[in-house]
Amino acid sequence: MEFLINLVLLLFLAAVTFAVIGVRNLFAVVILGGAYSFLMATLLIAMDAVDVGMTEAAVGAGVSTVLLLSALHLTNTEEAAARHSNVLPLALSLLTGAALIYGTWGLPDYGMADTAVNTYVGQQYLERSIPETTVPNVVTSVLASYRGYDTLGETTVIFTAGIGVLMLLRGRRPRKDKETSTGGDAT
Amino acid sequence: MFAAAAIGLLVALGLCLVRIIKGPSVFDRVIAGNSVGTLSVLLLAVMGYVFGRPEFIDLAITYALLNVIGTVAVLKFFRYGDLGRDEEEVGQ
Repeated sequence: MEFLINLVLLLFLAAVTFAVIGVRNLFAVVILGGAYSFLMATLLIAMDAVDVGMTEAAVGAGVSTVLLLSALHLTNTEEAAARHSNVLPLALSLLTGAALIYGTWGLPDYGMADTAVNTYVGQQYLERSIPETTVPNVVTSVLASYRGYDTLGETTVIFTAGIGVLMLLRGRRPRKDKETSTGGDAT
Repeated sequence: MFAAAAIGLLVALGLCLVRIIKGPSVFDRVIAGNSVGTLSVLLLAVMGYVFGRPEFIDLAITYALLNVIGTVAVLKFFRYGDLGRDEEEVGQ
């Protein structure tokens, strides 16, 4: 049953990807991107990567949809015809995909216990997390306690990037638009 | 029984994806996109019972909150923005 659900979700992901390539209406592409993120997050949680799944749902389906719609507000909703040939980008994509698939050959099988990831410090974290930090979720204790300074730095970077994006968006917005200014607290 | 529910939800997800891709109007796509989020929430809850980990329900509830934010953003930009090109223009 688990295999069937994962298989169907992966097939849906492939179908959505090809639809994103084929559909010319950019609004539909934004909605498809949100649907892709929800499917991907469901798949990640099915693989027990709960934190990655939540990030995918929050960033992919939530924030990315809003940002892409903001960009769509400034442009056209129909995708323009390509000015150059698609052969080179297609070849580059196929090459990158082939390199990634080649990279997976060296990976251990999914869920194996005797891999390098599970034999070094991972076991230490699992044994010492609850006595030392009393946090039941080991991922949370590693992120927020053992690697607390690292997480603090990441948060600072993301916060700075968010401020920069907000300042850029505010600077570019034309002020003459009456409807948005009277539409309450739209921004 | 949970397996049958999961299969039904997967079929519904497929139908919603078809509607996002084909949907002639913006509203078809918004509703279908929202339905994909809702069906993902339900699928996550059912999957928790299929896999024997019912605590997935907490995650499903968080998903539902995110789904509301996305749909409200889409509808707000559609109402006040310039996204309604293939429907009649928002008056006033």
